[in-house]
Amino acid sequence: MLTEDGLEALVGALLRRGYRVIGPTVREGAIVLDEISSAAELPVGWTAEQEAGSYRLRRRADRARFGWAVGPHSAKRLLFPPSERLLSVRRSRGGLVVHGGVAQMPPQALLGARPCDLAAIAVQDRVLLGGAWADPAYQARRERLFVVAVNCGEAGGTCFCVSMGTGPAATAGFDLVLTELIDPDRGQPSYLIRAGTPAGQEVLAELAGRAATPAEVEAAAEVVARTAQSMGRRLDTAGLHQVLTGQPEHPRWQEVATRCLTCANCTLVCPTCFCHTVEDTSDLSGEHAERWRRWDSCFTLDFSYVHGGSVRPSVRARYRQWLTHKLATWIDQFGTSGCVGCGRCITWCPVGIDITEEVRALRGPGGSA
Amino acid sequence: MQPRPFVVRARRRELADTVTLELTGDAPLPFSPGQFNMLYAFGVGEIAISISGDPAQPEVLRHTVRAVGRVSEALCGLRRGEGVGVRGPYGTPWPVAEAEGLDVLVVAGGLGLAPLRPAILHLIRHRQRYGHLVMCYGARTPADVLYQRELARWQRAMQVEVTVDSPVSGWQGSVGVVTALLPRAAVDPARAVAMVCGPEIMMRFVTRDLLRMGLPPERIYLSMERNMKCAIGLCGHCQLGPAFLCKDGPVLPWSRLAPLLSVREL
Repeated sequence: MLTEDGLEALVGALLRRGYRVIGPTVREGAIVLDEISSAAELPVGWTAEQEAGSYRLRRRADRARFGWAVGPHSAKRLLFPPSERLLSVRRSRGGLVVHGGVAQMPPQALLGARPCDLAAIAVQDRVLLGGAWADPAYQARRERLFVVAVNCGEAGGTCFCVSMGTGPAATAGFDLVLTELIDPDRGQPSYLIRAGTPAGQEVLAELAGRAATPAEVEAAAEVVARTAQSMGRRLDTAGLHQVLTGQPEHPRWQEVATRCLTCANCTLVCPTCFCHTVEDTSDLSGEHAERWRRWDSCFTLDFSYVHGGSVRPSVRARYRQWLTHKLATWIDQFGTSGCVGCGRCITWCPVGIDITEEVRALRGPGGSA
Repeated sequence: MQPRPFVVRARRRELADTVTLELTGDAPLPFSPGQFNMLYAFGVGEIAISISGDPAQPEVLRHTVRAVGRVSEALCGLRRGEGVGVRGPYGTPWPVAEAEGLDVLVVAGGLGLAPLRPAILHLIRHRQRYGHLVMCYGARTPADVLYQRELARWQRAMQVEVTVDSPVSGWQGSVGVVTALLPRAAVDPARAVAMVCGPEIMMRFVTRDLLRMGLPPERIYLSMERNMKCAIGLCGHCQLGPAFLCKDGPVLPWSRLAPLLSVREL
């Protein structure tokens, strides 16, 4: 067990090991992931109310650090940043001189990863490391990542991890895992902490904790059980592959296209969406060029552009591509669903399109499956 | 993932908007017919271009490029001695090995002949391994007929049929779409392999007619074009249903493509 001060000791132990500690913190009205140097920067006493197309910070009555569900950021930002330089190229007399390689950067420790975030990292591992060509930049960051997970004590308004089998309790993919227990009278949190790896064990040994009592272990189990029970949304995955791939002309695709703005928010907040583009640029002298990678989205017209036009000019086809890929063809490609049930795409959709509701509608009349 | 530096050794104008680049690097680039490279024009960008050279001569890398966009224009404008970045080869090849002992019908439309050229050179080089060899080629006008001098040479080893959509005076050959040439192809559909490359609409009509002729769907191969950025199945742009056309394609049999191409805007 750790006290509130024990959390500070944990951050200190990670910093001493040379990690950049990335944790949840309040910025511009949201709980985002950013570099922190103290546990005091965690969102003490904050929660976030989430619904389709809506996110609001609210004060809590207690001093919980993790009394909220996921914010707009995920571990994707840490391991697969929104933009990064892949190459630098110089023109010389003999032709081109290409410099690549992965830039050296300090290892990162993610404090406060949710079980759905861990599942999303596992999905991205399969995509970016599991094939014939592993992504070297992702690999370099991933191998050095230290993960402090947090079991969920609050179901966000848009969460559906229980349906996807990814939460609300962390089962794998962490070095350390916390469960936040709140003293109901004083509103003071304490933390059940457990190591998942030798690296985590090593850090844990440095912290001035005490052994948990059976009652505390039980209370921690109750926390996640309560979270699971209070989850308001669900997504039925049974036979879903056929529902999506087998009904490309279902009228719901056209209906959702009348609401979708193709803004790409859902793909950017999604912790597994990996599609990216590259941009080649040159400086004013024309002698030095660079290649940058940045997140891309299947919702843009450019995404499927080939000479002559876009393959998917209609909104209907682009939404269909996203949802079908996420929940069906992803399984064909990588042996896993692309959805971890975090609900970010629902919360951050400016018009409140709800992936669970769309799936329900696609199971309904009008289709052929 | 990182382009290898190559240098333009020769550049030949093929058509008004199309050139063939001969590139050399520090080492040969062995490839299979039908594969493509990612060609990088310094500071401008990178695009997927099929290899059009002879697979038996991997020391000279040959690409036929038509100037239709920013990068292809830059590539077409390269001069002898200038540098170009090359990543590859990527993608699935034409089934030249599976076709041994069978007739081969090559159907090309426009610039679609370029990705087929390595296969044709391979078929001719190993002529005795195959049954009847036929190529049907359609171009828009006589001025758009690619590799004109070679077509005459290939005719000595295989049946070559050429048609144009719009003739000019003096054109003595066939006029019309490429599908009109198919009935002339001296192949036994029951024991033939088709390799088809051209605009998607042309490939759809050619496939329809090949199926009617009796070619089985698993022996009709198409080379598909989609937006290819990374060429290794990581960037997501070239998806067609479950397939990443850069690594699962570009060459795929109709038996796999039919359900995917039957959906509009998939």
